[in-house]
Amino acid sequence: MARFSPLEWPVLRQFRSSDTSGRGESVVSQKTRETTARTTTADKVVQSVCPYCAVGCGQKIFVKDDKVIQIEGDPDSPISRGRLCPKGAASEQLVNANGRITDVLYRAPKAKDWQKIELNTAIDMVADRFIEARRNHWEDFDDKGHPLRRTMGIASLGGATIDNEENYLAKKLYTAAGAIQIENQARI
Amino acid sequence: MANADCIIIQGSNMAECHPVGFQWVTEAKARGARVIHVDPRFTRTTAIADKHVPIRAGSDIVLLGALINRVLSEGLHFDEYVRAYTNATNLISENYEDTEDLDGLFSGFDPETNSYDNSTWSYQTDESGVAFTDPTLSDPRSVFQILKRHYSRYTPEMVAENCGIKPADFEYLVESVTQNSGRERTTCFAYAVGWTQHSLGAQFIRTASILQLLLGNMGRPGGGIMALRGHATIQGSTDIPTLFNLLPGYLPMPSAGVHETFEDYVAAVGTPETHKGFWANGRSYATNLLKAWWGDAATKENNFAYDYLPKINGAHGTYQTQVRMLNDGVDGYFLLGQNPAVGSANGRMQRMAMSHLKWMVVRDFRLIESATWWKDGPEIATGELKTEDIETEMFFMPAANHTEKAGTFTQTQRLVQWRHKAVNAPGDAQSELDFFFELGRRVREKLKDSDDPRDRPLLDMTWDYPVDDEGEVDAEAVLAEINGYYVGGEKDGQPLDNFNQMTDDGTTAGGCWIYAGIYAGGENMAARRKPRSEQDETAAEWAWAWPANRRILYNRASAAPDGTPWSERKKFVWWDEEAGKWTGKDVPDFPIDRAPSARSNQAHGGPANLDGDDPFIMQADGKGWLFAPSGMVDGPMPTHYEPQESTVKNPLYDQQSSPTRLVMRREDNLSAPGAGNPGSEVYPYVFTTYRLTEHHTAGGMSRWLPYLSELQPEMFCEISPELAAEVGLEPYGWATLVSPRAAIEARVLVTKRMTPLTIGGKTIHQIGLPYHWGVGGDATVEGDSANDLLGVTMDPNVFIQNSKYVAGTIMPGRRPRGPELVDFVEKYQREAGLSPESGNQLVTVSDEVVAESHAAESQASKGGHPHRGGDSAVGVTPGRTFGDEATDSADDRSGRVDLRPTDSIDENSTETVGANRADDGDPTNGDPDRGYIGKDADSAQKGNLGEGARDFSGRNDEAADTNTVDNRGNEEED
Repeated sequence: MARFSPLEWPVLRQFRSSDTSGRGESVVSQKTRETTARTTTADKVVQSVCPYCAVGCGQKIFVKDDKVIQIEGDPDSPISRGRLCPKGAASEQLVNANGRITDVLYRAPKAKDWQKIELNTAIDMVADRFIEARRNHWEDFDDKGHPLRRTMGIASLGGATIDNEENYLAKKLYTAAGAIQIENQARI
Repeated sequence: MANADCIIIQGSNMAECHPVGFQWVTEAKARGARVIHVDPRFTRTTAIADKHVPIRAGSDIVLLGALINRVLSEGLHFDEYVRAYTNATNLISENYEDTEDLDGLFSGFDPETNSYDNSTWSYQTDESGVAFTDPTLSDPRSVFQILKRHYSRYTPEMVAENCGIKPADFEYLVESVTQNSGRERTTCFAYAVGWTQHSLGAQFIRTASILQLLLGNMGRPGGGIMALRGHATIQGSTDIPTLFNLLPGYLPMPSAGVHETFEDYVAAVGTPETHKGFWANGRSYATNLLKAWWGDAATKENNFAYDYLPKINGAHGTYQTQVRMLNDGVDGYFLLGQNPAVGSANGRMQRMAMSHLKWMVVRDFRLIESATWWKDGPEIATGELKTEDIETEMFFMPAANHTEKAGTFTQTQRLVQWRHKAVNAPGDAQSELDFFFELGRRVREKLKDSDDPRDRPLLDMTWDYPVDDEGEVDAEAVLAEINGYYVGGEKDGQPLDNFNQMTDDGTTAGGCWIYAGIYAGGENMAARRKPRSEQDETAAEWAWAWPANRRILYNRASAAPDGTPWSERKKFVWWDEEAGKWTGKDVPDFPIDRAPSARSNQAHGGPANLDGDDPFIMQADGKGWLFAPSGMVDGPMPTHYEPQESTVKNPLYDQQSSPTRLVMRREDNLSAPGAGNPGSEVYPYVFTTYRLTEHHTAGGMSRWLPYLSELQPEMFCEISPELAAEVGLEPYGWATLVSPRAAIEARVLVTKRMTPLTIGGKTIHQIGLPYHWGVGGDATVEGDSANDLLGVTMDPNVFIQNSKYVAGTIMPGRRPRGPELVDFVEKYQREAGLSPESGNQLVTVSDEVVAESHAAESQASKGGHPHRGGDSAVGVTPGRTFGDEATDSADDRSGRVDLRPTDSIDENSTETVGANRADDGDPTNGDPDRGYIGKDADSAQKGNLGEGARDFSGRNDEAADTNTVDNRGNEEED
């Protein structure tokens, strides 16, 4: 804060300037003057798309020190013209709000709580279970002898909130494994 | 939508659920358009509309049918458009009988299977398959005349009686849509899950499609039917589907016994022998997919490894799979950003099903209710489940969010937009791309020495994606595979520019034919970001729309049959006589040099035989279908049936509800008895679910965010002042809501936005319920879940549940806690005398009528072409139609897909159905390993779908897209 001076009294400031309504420069504090928008100090701005509904509003992701510091609407987008709804405008919290889980958690049969496990261990455990479930419920033929070549032991749900490329790899892997009970939000 | 002169929003609360998209409605309004909102509630959408038309949930076909009736009876249709571009002139089989003749059934109903044989719904054709037509539209068997008769009793009086809509409001609607259609003007419809989440949701959309075709509003700027979907890539996840009945690009999953060989499969997808639309190239599309997945192992000699594809033989949808889980028939379950413990209908069934799994992987940002049901779910509170008894192993794997990975979303108008990665994901959070790549890599590694033929598809699969410096899979390499590339020759590895370059001999490969061109020339077209200020309104250089960067589907219909624009005002795509090609403001959706006057006089033969005035190029016959000879399992034209649990008697037919709806007769999925049956008075009110702006679906991406949680902290119910007085509810106090499945509590919002309606002389109260909250221990805000109240009754076309009409009752105060909650729900069940049969009687007409409907089928079968099954006389559809409806409705949007399990229908129609509807509703007939096996696949050939008639249009889906997790109410999504 600047040193106190009678000349800085708001009413005097207002008279000294042409700010007749008292809502302009005369009421701006030093702190406000020194404040700049996060968006102006970002290291980079990345063009993205809102992850909520299917309108597909353009987003600009402001990044500093490998952290998302702000998300705003993209004025260039012919769909959204820079606008975001409350969800899109709050999406910075989707990234940064407290309590986001960043560890892999495991709950053993009958256990009362989670325990942390290594990502590598978890994927390996899932791969083993994937193979076992696949075999447990494998079906070669129906009762008329028509080939089925499938497993009923594995099901999957979700896809509308992840990327097209991710859906593609998921469906490809499931299908090659013979898993058919693959579904997503479109059925709801 | 900004180009529309009139916008009807029905089955959607667009301003609330798609707020930023809604700016185009306000833009249209600013340009002079009239906006009408037809909805049970007055909402944020209504506040901007010129008019609110309150309607009883589930009665939309009565209203839309009455509009069709008025248009036809007063000759208000767009005559030139209808004659040239629709199937109005086609003649339908002499054996066809209408719901007007059969008290609510169509001809061909089989009471054994509760499904239709659609052979009597077919076109009359000559020996070569060319359809007979009547250009005068006067033949009683013409589609035009059939349509006219079918809707003749859908009158303004009927609308008043059944929908609760005042005659003056109806007249306003008539005037609005008819005055704003024609050469100079266009009307647009917009809907969401308020249409799709019904037991005949696909038919709601069909009704609008028929009206829009009659008014000439398809394929034109400011026209069409806009499906407002509710998830970022709900469209993309149907295009490149994680759905049981589809492969990428709307290719069907093969069915056991039906698509035994690659030739069978290709014949069902579409060939030049069956189509003149673009599905005629089905062999190329299928070959490219197989080649992309199995690379060198896919050869001409082995039919491109077609046998590697697993086969379906029934409905393996979400709800069927959940029943299989309850029978211990599923070991493992992956959740990828979906929260069914809150978002799916009958939440208790969902959670109980999870308790039967051996293991479950939840991939999400937060500990959603589907990840914690075993320790803090509602059934733990009631004592129905005990944590220490639950054997299910749980894995929670943190997911990377949209800023932490690169990739594409496809939005609701088929626009595919690339997101650049902004930052690295924290800790062990990982993208699905990396997870699946790694899972696949390890599974293959563990199986690498296997000589089991079952493992060949996994081991032969192409799975060598490049990784970047961070060790993450390069999403652009996956996009390039989806786009397609040359195999061998001098262009080996180069990207394809469009799907016409796809071959059927293995010299090209591509993962999703409709996305071919998204990586043309090696450029990521989805990443294009030319600012809107630097291009015209079509904005063709912002991202990329499938197919071929086309922004309005079927846009050839934006020009008159002679190729000239219908009007200067609505000019969009037209024939340039001098240049000899189509041109305009968009990529023409038509063979570029096919002159308007071109005629082939062939029923099939591929796109080369499309006439110059066949704008609906994905349809087998190039026409918009007012009457659908195939593709819809519950009727060739929409007919009003009352919703499951309705307390109102169907005023049109003795057939109360849809006879082909899919019910699950189970103790844990009881239904209210329905109109006129004892016990129905126990559940007198109508619950209808919906979304709020401040939350998203089941809350996984919103209830953990402080800003959004503060904006909408608590579950509530919207009720009218009249109902509040009747029941004694205090504003902001508590209410308990009870359905035949569950009881929940909510804060009371008393508002005039809810309008009591007078239906058949009785007052009907509707209660609005947002469905975003759930019971768990981790979210910033929690609350009871509206979806727990819902039962599972499904649309037979797309297997989506009815969320928009639920019977129940309401009372002041909070619900009981602990085991008493179960007793409380059961008390009402006993009072109503519920059993698994209640409300689930499928056929309510006399035996004589059923016999007559069934007999019509046999007759037709005799006279038809048995080898073509249900499509016998049709020169039209042995393959699927890409969209019938989708198509029809497709204009600007499109994409909807039908989620119908491909040929499962047949199965449904054979014995499986029996199993499906067994008392316990167990599709596996009690045998967890049995699944749907056992249906008579051969009979499928004569079922509705026959070899192929699948529709891909379904749309409901999502149209529903709606969501799942979202159930979004009227809104939605998706």
